[in-house]
Amino acid sequence: MKFMKTLATGVAIAVGLSGAALAADKVKVGFVYVGPVGDGGWTYEHNQGRLAVEAELGDAVETIYQESVPEGADAEAVLTQMALGGADLIFTTSFGYMDPTLAVAAKFPNVKFEHATGFKRSDNVSTYSARFYEGRAVQGLIAGRMTKTNKIGYIGSFPIPEVIRGINSAYIHAKKVNPDVEFSVIWAYTWFDPAKEADAATALIETGHDVILQHTDSTAPQAAAEKVGNIITFGQASDMAEYGPLPRVSSIIDNWAPYYIARTKAVIDGTWASTDTWDGIGAGMVGIGDISSAVPADVRAEAEALRDSIASGAYQPFTGPVNKQDGSVWLAAGETADDGTLAGMGFYVEGLTGEIPN
Amino acid sequence: MDFSAINPVTLIASLIVASTPILLAALGELVVEKAGVLNLGVEGMMITGAIFGFAISVTVANPSLAPGLQPWLDPWMSPWMAPWLGMIGAAIGGAFMAFLFGLLTQYFLSNQVATGLALTLFGLGLSALLGQGYVGLKPPSFPKLDIPALTEIPYIGPMLLNHDYMVYVSLLLVLAVWYFLKFTRGGLVLRAVGENHDAAHAIGYNVTRIRLMAILFGGACAGLGGAYLSLVRVPQWTEGMTAGAGWIALALVVFASWKPWRLILGAYLFGGVTILQLNFQAVGVTIPAAYLSMAPYVVTILVLVIMSGDRSSAPASLGRVFHASH
Repeated sequence: MKFMKTLATGVAIAVGLSGAALAADKVKVGFVYVGPVGDGGWTYEHNQGRLAVEAELGDAVETIYQESVPEGADAEAVLTQMALGGADLIFTTSFGYMDPTLAVAAKFPNVKFEHATGFKRSDNVSTYSARFYEGRAVQGLIAGRMTKTNKIGYIGSFPIPEVIRGINSAYIHAKKVNPDVEFSVIWAYTWFDPAKEADAATALIETGHDVILQHTDSTAPQAAAEKVGNIITFGQASDMAEYGPLPRVSSIIDNWAPYYIARTKAVIDGTWASTDTWDGIGAGMVGIGDISSAVPADVRAEAEALRDSIASGAYQPFTGPVNKQDGSVWLAAGETADDGTLAGMGFYVEGLTGEIPN
Repeated sequence: MDFSAINPVTLIASLIVASTPILLAALGELVVEKAGVLNLGVEGMMITGAIFGFAISVTVANPSLAPGLQPWLDPWMSPWMAPWLGMIGAAIGGAFMAFLFGLLTQYFLSNQVATGLALTLFGLGLSALLGQGYVGLKPPSFPKLDIPALTEIPYIGPMLLNHDYMVYVSLLLVLAVWYFLKFTRGGLVLRAVGENHDAAHAIGYNVTRIRLMAILFGGACAGLGGAYLSLVRVPQWTEGMTAGAGWIALALVVFASWKPWRLILGAYLFGGVTILQLNFQAVGVTIPAAYLSMAPYVVTILVLVIMSGDRSSAPASLGRVFHASH
């Protein structure tokens, strides 16, 4: 038995060494996904980015990925395994991987890490995210114009700044075009659970909401809305065009490919450094999916004008006057929110009801 | 907060739909465990059923997807056939996965826990592979019970008597399983095998074959539960769409103390509190969302644990390997 063990260790070391030698000329890039690559939403788009890296850099890179990795402690094991497996650069693509990413990065100072949507960095951990709230502003405008019941439902995943920003941005812009609008938020406490997402959409529809916004990853709410009919939804993270022209009337499309390619190139060139990237519609990281024929031409034009003014930088979705939910002043007239406040946003703006769970 | 926005009729109707997948899967697992086998692969069998049912349903309803099959499909084109063929296919798909499990555990005497876990992983992978061409497609809608005289009964009609047929099939299955286990000779034999496989063997019953049949039934039920998700409840195909429903079904069997009627209670309670908490959130109830979110688990476990005070215990041979030489 002991002999077998020694032999096995020897073989493992030999395989490990030859693996390392082979990998030396290729940069190995790992991706950690929170859902399956076939979710049709968030993880799907990250995987499209991975495929773009392979297409662009060809033989210079090797990519690996792991799907449906739970957020929290389990992620540490997956990350450690990837780092031990010779990965040079690892993208962790969900908010809940934040602390595991930093913990593993501290143990592997030579491996570069990139954490999506987080705010903690170190020498070998960068953060990157997209300004989805810019897209939410466009959705809010369309939602406010299109609702007949004046009740808009929002399926939230977890009460984190990322999601709260989206709710606030959508609400501000819906309210601007329709002062009677009310928002109801359901916290699903999951990124990916099609049955629960569909149930949440159904609950909102049955309680009189005729526009559903979602911040969960699957297309299930679209299917639930389609089943009922006369409901409006928006594609999330991915275009979800297969549910157009109704219920899906537009979408936010995440485009990670240029960023993933640039960062992988930086590792190949040896120029990689820890940074914080936060791009929006202007830089092309956030795309607004085609506004469907179900939307009247004037609303469509209005939405496109908003999109273009955000893209050019002429308008910032969080521009005062905006009060917090408790009535205190957050932004004075003409004042715009700074990135620091936005990154850690933990409050609703005035007019939203309900409390944000802790 | 506006409770009047919650319509109890649609609430109960949604609750039943939300409960049916886990009820079906748990019912199958109950029979398997009554025969003394622990199959932890419910999740894998469910998701396999989900894609089998979805793929077959969609293909039959849209012959253009499979031109080669068209001449065969034409006679089956009635809107009735596509969903039902899907359900039958899902049951076969689930039973196929269960057959692999049965083969490994009953004939090659592999460890049931490890084999069940492997079955879940295998099912998730296999379904993702099979489902690649089916993302974003819409399944044909499932036929509903629609007898005007019944459906028009105020409240009761839309609440209970206007569901898709699978809801009633699932309840009839519970009834059938209860009757089979309690009143038939076959049920007695199956329970004997689960309680003491050596004794059952000694008086001449073929333990392995009886267990294999129970395992196949369990797989078929799990397949139906999965297909109910992809064809009725969501309805769409998404990779990994069972998202843990199989594990809830497994837990439910234990908390229902292996009694079919308690499964209905447990499944409807779990589905009910899930739907209720979503509706509460939708109308802005001020209970913190975190508590609402955990409520289905807490309430279901609490009620079933209190009910299991009558000391019903697991089948005595549950999870033990049987070999005729012992």
